[in-house]
Amino acid sequence: MDWAVIPRNLNFLLGGLVLTFELAAFSLAGGFLLGMLMGFGRLSSRKWIYYPATLYVNFFRSLPLILVIFWFYFMVPFIIGRPLGDFLSAIVAFIAFEAAYFAEIFRAGIQSIPQGQVMAGYSTGLGYYATMRNIVLPQALRNMVPPIVTQCVIIFQDTSLAYVIGLKEFLRRTSLVDARELRSMELYLFAGFVYLVFCSIGTIASRRLEKRQVQIRR
Amino acid sequence: MTGLRSLVYPSEGSGTLMFSYEFDWGVLWRHPYGQWMLNGIWTTIHLSLLAWCIAVMLGLMVGVFRVLPNRGTRFIGGSYVELIRNTPYLVQLFVWYFVVPSILPQAGEKWLYDHVPELPYWTGVICLGVYTASRVGEQIRAGMLSIPPEQYQAAFSTGLTTYQTYRYVIIPYALRIIIPPFTTEFLTCFKNSALTMTIGVLETTGASYLIDSYTWHGLETTTAASVVYIVITLCVVLFMAWVERRVQIPGMISRRR
Repeated sequence: MDWAVIPRNLNFLLGGLVLTFELAAFSLAGGFLLGMLMGFGRLSSRKWIYYPATLYVNFFRSLPLILVIFWFYFMVPFIIGRPLGDFLSAIVAFIAFEAAYFAEIFRAGIQSIPQGQVMAGYSTGLGYYATMRNIVLPQALRNMVPPIVTQCVIIFQDTSLAYVIGLKEFLRRTSLVDARELRSMELYLFAGFVYLVFCSIGTIASRRLEKRQVQIRR
Repeated sequence: MTGLRSLVYPSEGSGTLMFSYEFDWGVLWRHPYGQWMLNGIWTTIHLSLLAWCIAVMLGLMVGVFRVLPNRGTRFIGGSYVELIRNTPYLVQLFVWYFVVPSILPQAGEKWLYDHVPELPYWTGVICLGVYTASRVGEQIRAGMLSIPPEQYQAAFSTGLTTYQTYRYVIIPYALRIIIPPFTTEFLTCFKNSALTMTIGVLETTGASYLIDSYTWHGLETTTAASVVYIVITLCVVLFMAWVERRVQIPGMISRRR
């Protein structure tokens, strides 16, 4: 055991952690927005919106993330004619993948609002958008907060998969340090501990929020 | 054909780097790549099935631990779930592969490296099983808590013994509740098996990546791998939907998704 290896390489590792957070933030924002669109698409009564959205969600939910990352890594240069770089290609893959999961969170959140609320909105003369904007979404979003926080934790963990295309995020840097220092035990346990701390914060927050909601509903 | 790079970078014209990509779907069945791909698919299937067996057994234990009226077991079960769910699967895989053998006593480590030629495969099975067990455990706990207490009371009041209550009332009921979440968890387990490629297991994703590194036809191999995952997922979903319909109890509300 030689724990000194961690302080010795701390700057390098922390740089990776910053990149991990950046990856997570971009994927979260992009996945959230695209997921919202897809979620609405899944609830649409228009067939030409419903079927593509459903296909999209089911397509990405039946693939392993690692494969999606590879796929975009190979696919994007083919479409736009030039390589996009590790970071952007990873972000595109994360956004496309996580959007499918966010879409399901949105769908479940909106479906958790009783139909009567929508009818009440229509009967007071509000249109579709006004009903959504003023009645359904404010309630639905509140229901969605705990699963969204959980999804944030999952995204934070998922960013470690950018490892496979050589992006120097936290886990990749850990393995790079390991290749130089041959201290697998200390390094991987440290990496696991760092992820554990940040994810636990998220998990605890999610559980708190859920408890508070149960109280609100009573 | 091998070694011929299909990514051709001509001179940098007008500022943007252009390249042309020639599709060659033949890499999927040409010798020896076709064999690699088939082996990969087969490995994915038995790796995820073995891991699933571990996951169900361990998960059953964790789930029961978490509902027992005993602080100690609840703490153990809870800590297990929290620990596993709050660290990335990839990190766990590396810990199992790089760290665990070095914690073993010297003799054990030596035996492992000398006598287990497929160490990455077995590491993958154990890690995936242990990881999935935390999720399965949560589903089992939720399933057990979702059985209304009236079911027990009704069974006991008709004179059934504890064994009979579980055998004829609770377990048949619980098994049906648990089919949909178990389908989801199995599919997650199946998809996560792809990550074992990072420690050198040549399952579907690993094989497609390997073929890419020989032929530079990553787009074709990755697409083929995606099709494999989608087809297997679809088969599992359809099969489980059929099972669910077959065993449905009339009157019990079936869960619609």
